[in-house]
Amino acid sequence: MSTVNAALPGVFYRRPAPDQEPFVEVGAMVQEGQTIALIEVMKTFSEVKAEQAGTLGRFLLDEGDEVEAGQGVAEVVAP
Amino acid sequence: MSEVIVRSGGLYTTVQDAGRDGWYAIGMPPSGALDQYSFRVANLLVGNPEGAAALEATYIGPELEFTDERRIAVTGADAPARVNGEPVPLWEAIAVRAGDVLSFEMLTAGARPYVAVSGGIAVPEYLGSRSTYTLTGIGGFHGRALRADDRLPLGSPPVSGPSPGTSVPAGLRPALGGPAQLRLVVGLCSYRLTETAMESFVDTEWKVTKDADRVGYRLRGGTIDFVDREPPFGAGSDPANVVDLGYPIGSVQVPGGDEPIVLLGDAVTGGGYATVGTVISVDRDRIAQARTGDRVAFTSVDVDAAIAARRDRGIRLEKVRAAVS
Repeated sequence: MSTVNAALPGVFYRRPAPDQEPFVEVGAMVQEGQTIALIEVMKTFSEVKAEQAGTLGRFLLDEGDEVEAGQGVAEVVAP
Repeated sequence: MSEVIVRSGGLYTTVQDAGRDGWYAIGMPPSGALDQYSFRVANLLVGNPEGAAALEATYIGPELEFTDERRIAVTGADAPARVNGEPVPLWEAIAVRAGDVLSFEMLTAGARPYVAVSGGIAVPEYLGSRSTYTLTGIGGFHGRALRADDRLPLGSPPVSGPSPGTSVPAGLRPALGGPAQLRLVVGLCSYRLTETAMESFVDTEWKVTKDADRVGYRLRGGTIDFVDREPPFGAGSDPANVVDLGYPIGSVQVPGGDEPIVLLGDAVTGGGYATVGTVISVDRDRIAQARTGDRVAFTSVDVDAAIAARRDRGIRLEKVRAAVS
């Protein structure tokens, strides 16, 4: 299992926009480099990407939570 | 011509120098490196004039490829740096050659690393400065943050300067841990606050929100009460409104009473919010290294203390100059 960490501080979102579906649901397969969330800071949105392929085990944060740089945001279970 | 090739711009990396001073009256903020101390030390380490143009990154460092022999230095935030994948020390003069690549890992403390290159970043001056002001798209590299494949022109390297391996003593590097302690000169519009409001303002430990950039830092964590009044002609109806005035750089306004904003180098130069105090120039270096989520606290000082702090920073810079030459 690997933890995906935030590269920068900000506010955590699982959706590309408030009225859209989440990038990925828990239990779904993700590819290496796939966008799984966004972090908003300084009026910019940075993509959070899976560092390895696998199943998205769980998110460690809820929509709209504040996140610190280096904090784990999701767990990916190797296939 | 000698250049730096930008392989990745990071999150928000801009060319900055000592600032575009002297144009405030026409509504032009100074911009410039937000953490002037770290910026100037980076230049001293590579033999540049203290105010030469360098790069200021935010949260995520850039990836840069060099095209000739240069000296570089990384200061400011604790940003683990690598040249060709090998870790290199911060606050130290580093020699690079054509093809060498500087990259960064995740910042461990602080928000803004500075990268100085011997010779300086030789973008054209605008109103006497090479600083980028992205809100109006002037100065720096085409008035914007760096992107992949940009090529930054470099000036001629200085004929002398600190040897590679020269470093800044630990005691002359800023401390970045813990809440940012900001000294504040109360005014210009503090008369708008109730007697207890200023006490509560300095007793509150504020938290930096996601809206914290080169324009200003928006804080959260308490509320400020304003004196009841009939709004004067020309002021708005918000209790935080006054008749328009010039905003001091570093001034703190509290729109709505619950979210103070500390105005920084790219801020608007005037407006109609009551400025309750001004962060002293030396401590703007410190807030520049505070991140979203970090805590900041204010202490009230007088103008003499602010000037003494500025003199002390000058003495520290002289000590750096002596230590690296």
